[in-house]
Amino acid sequence: MTFFVVASAIKVFVVFNLIMVGVALLTLAERRICAWMQDRLGPNRVGPQGILQPAADGLKNFLKEETSPAMADKALFTLAPLISFVPALLTFAVIPFAAPLPTRWGVVPMVVADLPVGFLYILAISSLGVYGIVLAGWSSNNKYALLGGLRASAQMISYEIALGMSTVAVLLLAGNVTLSQVIAQQQQGLWFVVPLTLAFLIFFISAFAETNRLPFDLPEAEAELIAGYHTEYSAMKFSMFYIAEYSNMVTASALMATLFFGGWDIPFTTWDSTGDPSVIKSLATLAAFGLKTSVFLFTFIWVRWTLPRFRYDQLMALGWKVLLPLALIYITVLATAIWFCRSQLEWDYGPGMAWALGGINLVLLVLLVWWLDRGRIVSGSVQEEAA
Amino acid sequence: MPIGVKVMKRPTQETSYLRATLKGMALTFSHLFRPKVTMQYPEEKSSKDWTLSSRWRGTHRMLTDEQGRAKCVACGLCPQICPANCIKLVPGEDEEGNRYPLIYEIDEFRCVFCGYCQEVCPEEAIHVGVHYENSEYSRDRFVYDLERLSAQTHPVSTLWDPSDPKGE
Repeated sequence: MTFFVVASAIKVFVVFNLIMVGVALLTLAERRICAWMQDRLGPNRVGPQGILQPAADGLKNFLKEETSPAMADKALFTLAPLISFVPALLTFAVIPFAAPLPTRWGVVPMVVADLPVGFLYILAISSLGVYGIVLAGWSSNNKYALLGGLRASAQMISYEIALGMSTVAVLLLAGNVTLSQVIAQQQQGLWFVVPLTLAFLIFFISAFAETNRLPFDLPEAEAELIAGYHTEYSAMKFSMFYIAEYSNMVTASALMATLFFGGWDIPFTTWDSTGDPSVIKSLATLAAFGLKTSVFLFTFIWVRWTLPRFRYDQLMALGWKVLLPLALIYITVLATAIWFCRSQLEWDYGPGMAWALGGINLVLLVLLVWWLDRGRIVSGSVQEEAA
Repeated sequence: MPIGVKVMKRPTQETSYLRATLKGMALTFSHLFRPKVTMQYPEEKSSKDWTLSSRWRGTHRMLTDEQGRAKCVACGLCPQICPANCIKLVPGEDEEGNRYPLIYEIDEFRCVFCGYCQEVCPEEAIHVGVHYENSEYSRDRFVYDLERLSAQTHPVSTLWDPSDPKGE
């Protein structure tokens, strides 16, 4: 018991700090990558290659004046950054980030809390984040902030459905919501991205909407709403929204890596998941997990600096008219296929079944791309004139 | 949405959001590795495509003769023509009857850098300079006296030559 408590406390401390440092570096990465994409250099003055820039930014934010609008709801105004900040950090707790680490006192699983409810917990907690944004928008007593909060709630609720639906596919295949079990399944067979390509795509798109990143950053929409829900915030309170956004990104990336790309699994070898746990294995798998997460984080940044923002009706149309029906159809098809494989062919999840499902996905993907490519999605919302 | 907006009939490959997205992503990715155009300013002050023109009109410089005295003869033309009224000149005369400035001050904050002083100067003494780094810790330091104007070493402006309008 003591061992569990001490190990958990240490893990909480380490993971919290890693995320905070990761988020800090991510803000720098965002600025530098965006600069490179625009043929600039980006911040490179503070420390070697600008590595200390986040520290300087943090210091600046601590020293800045905290403004508070006269007519704002003081209590909620103060509470809102916390409400968006805390769930963003909490969600990472159930994500396993490395192979178990052997210590002198016993084997420590490299996850803060391996909850049996796994990603249900993530869905539950990450939905709470929307309260922070909505309350921030409402309590500021500012019309732009309110509009931002309003959009945030509509958007996050809409895409949460598609997000949840896409994870149902993972559930069907893994038969378990515990993330460590999901990873174990993927180690036995194939990464879920092969049998669940479309689910991954839906999850990927919804993740962008859930983290309020471009092309779905309607709640911020600086061109229309000044800065959206955090218009009235300054200093550390503003910073907290920023940290929340980036830690949501980290969690979403980590979740994509865990659900669809084998988590901490190192591909093409069974060395990492079999045999006795060792420190080397833990470190290697940690690196693998970090790499996968970074790839997704890079994609987040890459997409942000490429795509323009959706119009609000386009956003809603994509969520309700495309992603939701797509997810429903997909689940139906996939459930049938899995039932067929499991009960009729009596297969267990393994490479064979993964490739078979992968084939079905490929067909669906081709159909989807063909349909999307006809220019009907996200086109102008007016009817074409009869020729 | 507004009614009556005419939507052009375009071929699918031009209207496909999917293709446009992928194309855009490829473009931004390729830009990651292109040479950067940033000039690292304090270390690097000019680059291939950014140099100061020789006609640039910056802070003033007073030219001096071989003895190190200012060329100015205190004729009073520059304070006369100055549209911003930023030149203060008190003329003096030595025993041989040579005129020289007792006080010659230019308030660089008032100056509009028109370059008329240089154009009007019969002795080619006062010039506007090809120079732009002028930061100081106090406002008084921006009133340049004769000593300071003579001590400047930056190149002087060629101004605009009506006979050679394109600088060829």
